[in-house]
Amino acid sequence: MSTTQTKVVVTGLGATTPLGGDVPSTWSALLAGESGVRMLDWENVDRLPVRFAAQLAVEPSESIPKAQLRRLDRCQAIALIAAREAWRDAGFAPPVKRKGGKDAAAETGVEGGFQVDGDRLGVVVSSGIGGLHTALNSYDTFLEKGWQRVTPFTVPMLMPNGSSGHIGIEFGATAGSHALVSACASSAEAVGYAIDMIRAGRADVVICGGTEACIHPLQMASFGVMRALSTRNDEPQRASRPYDKNRDGFVLGEGAAVMILESEEHARARGARVHAIAAGCGYSADAYDIVLPDPSGAGQAKAMRRALADAGLQPEDIVHVNAHATSTPAGDIAELTSIKAALGEEAARKLCITATKSMTGHLLGGAGALESIFTILALREGVVPAVANLEDLDDEADLDIVRGEPRKLPDGPAAALNNSFGFGGHNVSVAFQRAV
Amino acid sequence: MAVATEQEILAGLAEIIDEIVGIDKSEVTPEKNFVDDLDIDSLSMVEIAVAAQDKFGVEIPDDQLKDLKTVKDVVVYVQNLQQ
Repeated sequence: MSTTQTKVVVTGLGATTPLGGDVPSTWSALLAGESGVRMLDWENVDRLPVRFAAQLAVEPSESIPKAQLRRLDRCQAIALIAAREAWRDAGFAPPVKRKGGKDAAAETGVEGGFQVDGDRLGVVVSSGIGGLHTALNSYDTFLEKGWQRVTPFTVPMLMPNGSSGHIGIEFGATAGSHALVSACASSAEAVGYAIDMIRAGRADVVICGGTEACIHPLQMASFGVMRALSTRNDEPQRASRPYDKNRDGFVLGEGAAVMILESEEHARARGARVHAIAAGCGYSADAYDIVLPDPSGAGQAKAMRRALADAGLQPEDIVHVNAHATSTPAGDIAELTSIKAALGEEAARKLCITATKSMTGHLLGGAGALESIFTILALREGVVPAVANLEDLDDEADLDIVRGEPRKLPDGPAAALNNSFGFGGHNVSVAFQRAV
Repeated sequence: MAVATEQEILAGLAEIIDEIVGIDKSEVTPEKNFVDDLDIDSLSMVEIAVAAQDKFGVEIPDDQLKDLKTVKDVVVYVQNLQQ
């Protein structure tokens, strides 16, 4: 990292998750060790091998009018909700009303605030899957009623860049709107790309994050047939249990997480509150298998090392890792091996690790951004949530996994990593630093 | 389907517009232009036309739809076809 490189800071956070309809409620539920996992109340749910998932705590219809919801896929609606919270949190002024827009002040609930220059504002919001509900519902409509009854919004609702587009329209972001698709690493990549946009001088402020809402029978069947999901149907809230000896797969979740990244200069000039420093991002690709991670962990370790290099950090600066840890038998331990390989045994043993998917389920394309928010809050608040359902620690889990109670972090300078790995062999590690 | 009066067509159209684009029924008055006054885009117009066909039992082909600029245009079009 060159010493003259633009520093990027996080000034706004927003989320709607299985634990809560916003960041504060999600974070307090996480610290309390609550589970967002619920039984599915679908007709014919008995046809599925897995009958539970981590559904949203608050339905998007609570804050978005019905007519607007008709033209938004569920994943787009919740991305917009998370973006509005992040925007408010950053202290920005409501966007001006433009064509097709509603009364913006009423929607965002904020008067006053800093007016962002649209030409210096970018969007990078991803989804790993996209508008699955829309695609399948529209196909059903086509079969039952014919092509003329298919909603003319089908294409913009199913495309995975739809959320980025809608957010850009609402906030008038004209510096560029992007959607990186890399399965479960999508929104971690979005954060990395946002950092790069600001460093490259293409934007001063970037709205970045990810969203996913694909809890649908087809998706449950598709992940089920891969044997990727936990089948603990009798104890759904105890199904997601990273590092536990009896873990048997991940729990599908839905939700959106969005943050505001800003150049330090821009944030300082407007007197913004800084949650953390978005220090850097590292990427690698396994080039090994389309779904299985490289068991050597070499690719994951490369991503972490590259994150440190990009952020100008040393292994001993890292006090905490929010692990990808989805609760699969092989994946959780392989990641610990790669943390050791990346940071060295000594540094790896000094940091503490959490796996928040034990409570939120796996948000796929929303996971990286949500867990980045958790990593930021851990640094800011000085406390790391404990892994839920960790009753019988796997013998091979030989690093410091936070269990039982949340862990206090030491005061002073500190940095943390958030890992996200996706089908396709995408490995992304984002580095955050405490703002001091 | 029984022939609807002008008032009934207007009220029915206002219901459709409320449902599809969320514009309050009281805003939907005869002189309003769909694009300039009500801010309704072309894709929403496609949905509105299909819903109007279902409600009033008259076909609105694409080449006719593009000429229906105001609320009154649709009301008159539906009324003429019903008779």
